[in-house]
Order: sequence, then C-alpha cells, then structure tokens
Amino acid sequence: MKSFKGRTISWELADGVLELELHREPCNEISSTMLEELEKFAAALEALTSHASAAPEGPSALIIHSARKEGFSAGADLRELYHRSQELAASARLASVRKFLERIHRVMNTIDASPLTTIAAVHGVCFGGGFELALACDLIVADKMTRFCFPELRLGLIPGFGGIPRLKRDLGNGVVRDLLLTGRSINATKALAVGLACQVAAEGEALRVARSTAAQVRKFDRATSAAAKQFIKPIPHKELQREIEIFCEVFTRPAVMEGLRKFVESTDALPYLP
Amino acid sequence: MSCATRPQKEMPMRTLEQTTDEILNLTATHFKVPRAELAPNDDFFKKLGIDSLQALELLTRLENHFGIELPDYELQGVTDFRTLANRIQSRL
Repeated sequence: MKSFKGRTISWELADGVLELELHREPCNEISSTMLEELEKFAAALEALTSHASAAPEGPSALIIHSARKEGFSAGADLRELYHRSQELAASARLASVRKFLERIHRVMNTIDASPLTTIAAVHGVCFGGGFELALACDLIVADKMTRFCFPELRLGLIPGFGGIPRLKRDLGNGVVRDLLLTGRSINATKALAVGLACQVAAEGEALRVARSTAAQVRKFDRATSAAAKQFIKPIPHKELQREIEIFCEVFTRPAVMEGLRKFVESTDALPYLP
Repeated sequence: MSCATRPQKEMPMRTLEQTTDEILNLTATHFKVPRAELAPNDDFFKKLGIDSLQALELLTRLENHFGIELPDYELQGVTDFRTLANRIQSRL
C-alpha cells in the first residue's frame, strides 16, 4: 500500500521516499488505535521493501514526522493504559500489557531492521514511546526546540517500547543512565553533542532537513545501503525481550497504578515532575 | 608552530537583574504578551496560563538563549521569574 490516511497516522510513497506522518491529537500519544495503524504501516513497509532492489520506483528512505505542533510524540497513551487497566483484573491487566508490548515491539523491530535508511524528523516533545520510535530510526534530525525524555521512572515504570536496548546500542552508558535514572529531559543541542541526534535544524525546519537527507540517501545503491546498515545496526533481540520481562515485573507493583492515577487525575501544570 | 595560547576573551558576567530582564524579554516574545505586563516576581504559570508542554518550550528557549543545560527537576517548585533567573544564573 503506497498511501494510507488513518485516524492517527498517514503515509505516502513519492519519489522514492516513504513518509509516515503522525497526526493524533493532542501530541501523538500511542494508543491502541495508533498501534493498530502502526501495525498496518509495518506490514506495508515490509511489502514495499521486499522487492526494493528490483523495483526502480521503490523506496530508498523512510521519514517519520509529526503534524502536531506540540511535538513528535508524548509517548504511550497513559490515560488509555490507566482506564483500561482499571477495567481488568490484575492477571488480565498484565496479559493485556504484555500483548500490547509484544505488538509495539514487532512494529519497532520492523522499522529498526528495515532495509531503508530511516530518518526521524522530530520537534517539540519527544518523550517515552515517541522517543523510542525515534530511536528505532537510523538518523534523528532534531528541530532546535526538541526535548527528549524518558519520564517512565517518574511513574514507577521503565521504558517498554524498546528504548533502553536501543539507547544502550547507540549511546554511551553514562548518557543512558542520566536519561533513564533522572528522568530529565534534554534539548536538541545536548542530543547532538552526545550523538543521539545527527543534525539540528532551525525551528520548523526538521522535516525539510530530513527530506534533503533522504534525497542524498536516494543517490546510493539501495542494496549496498541496506548491507551497510545491517552491518552497523544490529537488533538487540535478547535485550528487547528482557525489557518486556522487566516492564511486566515492574508493572504489577501497586505503586504503578497509583503513579498512573496521579498522572491522569493531575491538574498540576507540571504533572511530569514528581 | 607556536604553542602559546591566546588569552581567552572573557564574556562579562551577567548580573541577576540582566538575566531576569532577558528571561522576561524572551518570555514576552515567546508567548506573545506585552513585555510591560511581566514583572520579576510574577508567577509565570498563573500570569501566562501555561501548561507543562509550554513550560518545557520556555525552558528550551532559555537553554538555547543562555547556552546552558538546566535539568527540569531543578525547576520543581519554581514559579516566578526571579527564582528562575537565580537557577539560570547558577549555570552561567
């Protein structure tokens, strides 16, 4: 499927570049509906790239970006997680969360392992699951007003969409510990300095810079680019699976539901600060 | 090739008043409010009616302007411009 317009995302293949746009209000919180549509996208991505080397009009690059002015993505839809959890008994709650994690991991792994050169064009809020989606991409182009953050520990959780293994793969462990254990957010300049972002763009220019980068990528032989990527970007499957297990262990603690409740019910201007 | 290093030209230190003034100017521009309506002791959440995402935008703009990193947990409990200026001043 070369194009799709859904409730939370849309995509289009044009001139050898596949663009995936996130457009769920308010800030692309990853809900069950968005997950379903991301699964459709992952299936389309695999179909479009299975004959990539043979089809001259096939894609060379993928750009993921957001149409929401607030940012790239605020991460998992915690309100949906909390309310759905309240409707379920403890055992069913855990099974439901595990299933969601396994499904989102399959999507992230498909993007991570795609033979295309993948670029996240990010701006504004790039938190939690949104940050994890960006980390699945090969390159991150960040608007200078971007903030990256893993706020999960503030809720008694760990990142669960594959963020920790991918962050460990890509960055020094000191940065990983800083981001994870303090839950603080960092700006685009810092992200560039630590090697998280590859380029910083002026305000409102990340998508244009990503398109320019994709045009450069398009000049190269796709099979060679795919081989180079496979060599330099291994998928940390064992650690990804371990992350799901740790998340599920942590999720059963009563403090998590309490943390989620406080977040969902908070009218505080800074609910993400404990 | 000489190993002598040229002495670094030091930037003049900002005073707290200057830092506060720059914060007020940036805030007025970012949130499109008249500068004259903002004062150092104002509660910026109440005055501007901003939410957490907008507070992060302001933090990013301030970090970019002053060329500093200010961990967001240091802003816990900070609600007025003068205290914010103190936090920033400690990073300059």
